[in-house]
Amino acid sequence: MTSPDEQLLPINSNGDVVLVRQQVRAVAIQAGLSLVDQTKVVTAASELARNALVYAGGGQVKIEIVRNGARSGLRLTFSDDGPGIPDIEQALTDGWTTGGGLGLGLSGSRRLVDEFDLQSAPGKGTLVTVTKWSR
Amino acid sequence: MDRVPILKLGDILIVSIQIDLEDQSVLALQEDLADKIVDTGARGVIIDITAVEIVDSFIGRMFATIASISRMLDAETVVVGMRPAVAITLVELGLSLGGVRTALNLEKGVALLNHLDGAQIAAAPR
Amino acid sequence: MGAILTVQSDAGRRRIEELLQQHEEHVLKRWLEIAATTPGGHADRGDMTVRLTEIYQALRQSFIGSGDTSDLRGLLAELSRSRARQGFAPTETANVVFGLKQAVFELIEGDGDTEALKGFVWFSRTIDDLGLFTFESYATAREKIILDQAEQLLELSTPVVKLWEGIVAVPLIGTLDSARTQVVMEKLLQTLVETGSEHAVIDITGVPAVDTQVAQHLLKTVVAARLMGAECVISGIRPQIAHTIVTLGIEFGDIVTKASLSDALAYMLRQSGVQVVKGRGTRVTVRTEEGD
Repeated sequence: MTSPDEQLLPINSNGDVVLVRQQVRAVAIQAGLSLVDQTKVVTAASELARNALVYAGGGQVKIEIVRNGARSGLRLTFSDDGPGIPDIEQALTDGWTTGGGLGLGLSGSRRLVDEFDLQSAPGKGTLVTVTKWSR
Repeated sequence: MDRVPILKLGDILIVSIQIDLEDQSVLALQEDLADKIVDTGARGVIIDITAVEIVDSFIGRMFATIASISRMLDAETVVVGMRPAVAITLVELGLSLGGVRTALNLEKGVALLNHLDGAQIAAAPR
Repeated sequence: MGAILTVQSDAGRRRIEELLQQHEEHVLKRWLEIAATTPGGHADRGDMTVRLTEIYQALRQSFIGSGDTSDLRGLLAELSRSRARQGFAPTETANVVFGLKQAVFELIEGDGDTEALKGFVWFSRTIDDLGLFTFESYATAREKIILDQAEQLLELSTPVVKLWEGIVAVPLIGTLDSARTQVVMEKLLQTLVETGSEHAVIDITGVPAVDTQVAQHLLKTVVAARLMGAECVISGIRPQIAHTIVTLGIEFGDIVTKASLSDALAYMLRQSGVQVVKGRGTRVTVRTEEGD
């Protein structure tokens, strides 16, 4: 079940990450985000999609437009069935990485969005929800 | 997977990124560039990102890696044409691109490389 | 009990609807008269007659039809907007709408129709809703005006000026909040690209105070400009602001700061290899006037 304001994309390959970026950009424009805010949320989406691919071998993202009074925004929900994160606080620290990256994926994307929620436990997969509001 | 073409202009290699980069293309570009620097004996590399709409940590790391590899192969790297929105996002992301030289556009990038080259010659012992 | 009440009010409601239809001309005329006596109601009789007639029709349509009030609300919002533009208070506009109640009540009173009297309670409530709606529209319109003006002010208050070939400056004046600083930042960086300027001065002589967030934004602007291949200098930092920045523990690092805009310009000129030579102190200008 998807409404016009909501869509579900798979993340199973590097090509999918590119598709997620493009789709998030399109919906961010639709949600009325400024150019800088579009760029921020697309960058965050790119980081989170890559995380799902690298750490969990794949997952999916739900892209939806949300409203709060006169403001509209973009909400992205990344979910995977990967190994999960044992220490969330550590995972959110700048420079901490287990995947050989820069360790900016989670901590950096948290700074790029307005709302950031991370739910994970070992063996339970990971669920990241981020929201960016139009200014 | 799309490969990014590398152009040669005098002793400068120019890479103009025109597509939404896949991680594999990024890695391939790194390898291609290193090969090309050795093949041509280039003194400078310019990566033009005027058309690039986002730079995430993976692509950002590529710039730093390319700069390091090139330097080892005696070539300077300049990233040119970064959009304001991309720059603001990179700062927020926490990526400083240490060790990567930047210029506003291709022309200024070429000027910067020539300037560096000149400075090197001037500084060389006579 | 609830059911009986509904039946009764339904009958009353039908009676009101009939009255509105049968005595349309009379009620409308009376309403216009009442509206004209409310403060400011006499503004433009012609315009008012057209608008109230339209609203009257739409009101009746909403009773007969499926209860769709979108047309009616559209007209009321339009009335509220146009009167707000003419400078009327929102209460005056609401009073114009409430005037219809009096017009209808006078009609029922004359008739002595008990059924209609019961229906009037319902009718009164409906009109109250509509009057409040005009009030709401007024507030919404006002809010929009304020938002637009704030945006215009933002645009006006953030000029980016060219000081020299390749050197631009933003003289910031007044209190900086996070939103304004962000706008300035984006505009400055955009100007760097458009003009191909490699040097920028952010002058905060006219800024009385900065907080942590604003200082961070300034810092980020400088770093972002550097990422793009341009250098920023911050000038005109007041003693209090310098104090704040140090006390807050914000690391300005290797960012160049200058006492005044002119110091910053001199620095930038030196950086871009421009040599400024002072001319001779005195210069005699000789002018010959023709035909003399």
